[in-house]
Amino acid sequence: MSVEFWTYLFVGVTFAAYIYIGYSARVRDTKGFYVAGQGVPAVANGAATAADWMSAASFISMAGLISFMGYDGAMYLMGWTGGYVLLTLLLAPYLRKFGKYTVPDFVGDRYYSQAARTVAAIAAIFVSFTYVAGQMRGVGIVFSRFLGLSITGGVIVGMVIVAFFAVLGGMKGITWTQVAQYSVLIVAYMVPSIALAVVLTGNPIPQLAITFSDFVPKLDQLQMDLGLGAYTLSNRGMIDILAITLALMAGTAGLPHVIVRFYTVPSVRAARYSGGWALVFIGLLYTTAPALAVFAKFNLIETLHGKTIEEVHQLSWVNSWETTGLLGFDDKNGDGIVEVAKGDANEIKIDRDIIVLSTPEVAGLAAPIVGLVAAGGLAAALSTAAGLLLVISSSLSHDIYYRVLKPNAPESERLLVGRIVILGAILVAGYFGINPPGFVAEVVAFAFGLACASFFPLILLGIFDKRINHHGAIAGLIVGLGFTAIMILLMRSQKLLGTPEPILPSFMGISAQGIGTVGMILNFIVTYTVSHLTEAPPQEIQDMVESVRVPRGAGAAVEH
Amino acid sequence: MTDEQRDAAQAYWKENIRLITILLIIWAVVSYGCGIILAPALNNLSVGQIPMGFWFAQQGSMYIFIILIFVYATQMDKIDKKYDVHE
Repeated sequence: MSVEFWTYLFVGVTFAAYIYIGYSARVRDTKGFYVAGQGVPAVANGAATAADWMSAASFISMAGLISFMGYDGAMYLMGWTGGYVLLTLLLAPYLRKFGKYTVPDFVGDRYYSQAARTVAAIAAIFVSFTYVAGQMRGVGIVFSRFLGLSITGGVIVGMVIVAFFAVLGGMKGITWTQVAQYSVLIVAYMVPSIALAVVLTGNPIPQLAITFSDFVPKLDQLQMDLGLGAYTLSNRGMIDILAITLALMAGTAGLPHVIVRFYTVPSVRAARYSGGWALVFIGLLYTTAPALAVFAKFNLIETLHGKTIEEVHQLSWVNSWETTGLLGFDDKNGDGIVEVAKGDANEIKIDRDIIVLSTPEVAGLAAPIVGLVAAGGLAAALSTAAGLLLVISSSLSHDIYYRVLKPNAPESERLLVGRIVILGAILVAGYFGINPPGFVAEVVAFAFGLACASFFPLILLGIFDKRINHHGAIAGLIVGLGFTAIMILLMRSQKLLGTPEPILPSFMGISAQGIGTVGMILNFIVTYTVSHLTEAPPQEIQDMVESVRVPRGAGAAVEH
Repeated sequence: MTDEQRDAAQAYWKENIRLITILLIIWAVVSYGCGIILAPALNNLSVGQIPMGFWFAQQGSMYIFIILIFVYATQMDKIDKKYDVHE
């Protein structure tokens, strides 16, 4: 049986399952549509959060990214997992007690301000759209690479599937398909990783195989011999690593599509446990990725470096990846031998996506596993896209249409608007997937920077300091968001403004990815100071803060 | 709310803050401390065959994060029951 056969089989079976689950979980009211009726068990919500969180990039590109960054890859690993500690200890249980449907709901009610609600809704839409474009692109790439479909065709198939379960089932449909998608993506990630660990070390658990085998010291030595610098040492300034890690942690905790998942569980207690389960499920992939990174890098250098061009072309996987353009050789010094070296002298071009995608073949696994990996990549991309589309839909239809523009809209109309908006969002996301704007990668720094400098301090202070009022919140929001946005524009001006050089290379040694940390600190200072210099918030707001701090009573969520 | 209830609510919130503070200190020490600032020094020691600073940065910190969340959830169950605010 060919690779294509297995890929069609796995993709076909998993897609049929998503459609079936989406159809069974269809909803009739806005509570089901926005927060899955608040009846999702903690473990299931953990799995759904993990699928929601881990995108096509986590699945396909992260191990490769770490492989090429070495130690510095840790800022992504720690940043994207440590955020769940902040989320579970500082935000999720209280937002669940608050019990309404969206992040802008909390912001608007806590700061008794329609302006704050609108700004929060717009920020949520912006953050989610920057993310979702990349997901639809990921769907298209997986289809084109594994099934020979055009990227456009792949994006359209992906749009139809997401539209089916998201429009029909809303959050409920999305949640249960995400649970299924998590299972598919983790099996697809672990099977080849375990196989590779067994082939290379004899130990089936990748996390232990990496710790107790000598691959890390061997890779360190190999890299130093080639003049690349030790794998386990940093190439960046420490202040930048600290700032980026904190920005990713606070950004993760502040991302609306992650926060909203914690509104779907039945109780405050379930919200706490579900944060733990989410991190168990995410950690399984995130602790495997660094092992895969080391094994694959060592294996690639060992297999290819110093061989003649004829020798490398005898390997079948080399030929198949060379035709995709992800692997390439350029014998610059004309000696007939391919060599890994620093900078321009390097003769082997390896795309970082190859690390995960080629693992099954490099480990000598059969065609079915390759098909499984394709299904896993699609599961990762579709689950994240669906979660983001729901945030876009709820921000527009619930926060802006219902809460700001037409507060007396009946239930049936709100549900209909929610469905129309999610369909519209899918079309827009699909368009960006087919015609990606050149600055997508640049804009991701924006998404985390924004979430870190706006939502995180806004929600945190709203819960932990009763004295914070709407003057402080709005001032902090303007300063935090304004500073972060301007700094990213200046540092990424080559792509965003078209200047020949970045207008500002860094801010006190902190790069664009980490600048959200400074924005967040400014937001905290301004919000706190302005609030304490102006009048206290009204008594009913202070009472509301008192009530979100206590778990009892969350079962009967407030309907409004 | 009576004065007694108000005092109980304040004591409950204090215990919650205390637990969060302890756990977040550990969170910061393992990630920003062992994983970043102290990593070059810790690299002189090792976990298995991996330099210890590198291990904290790419493995250990993530395991500890998971433990911290479950410790929080189980301890809060106890505190909720103690102050009779559980669901």
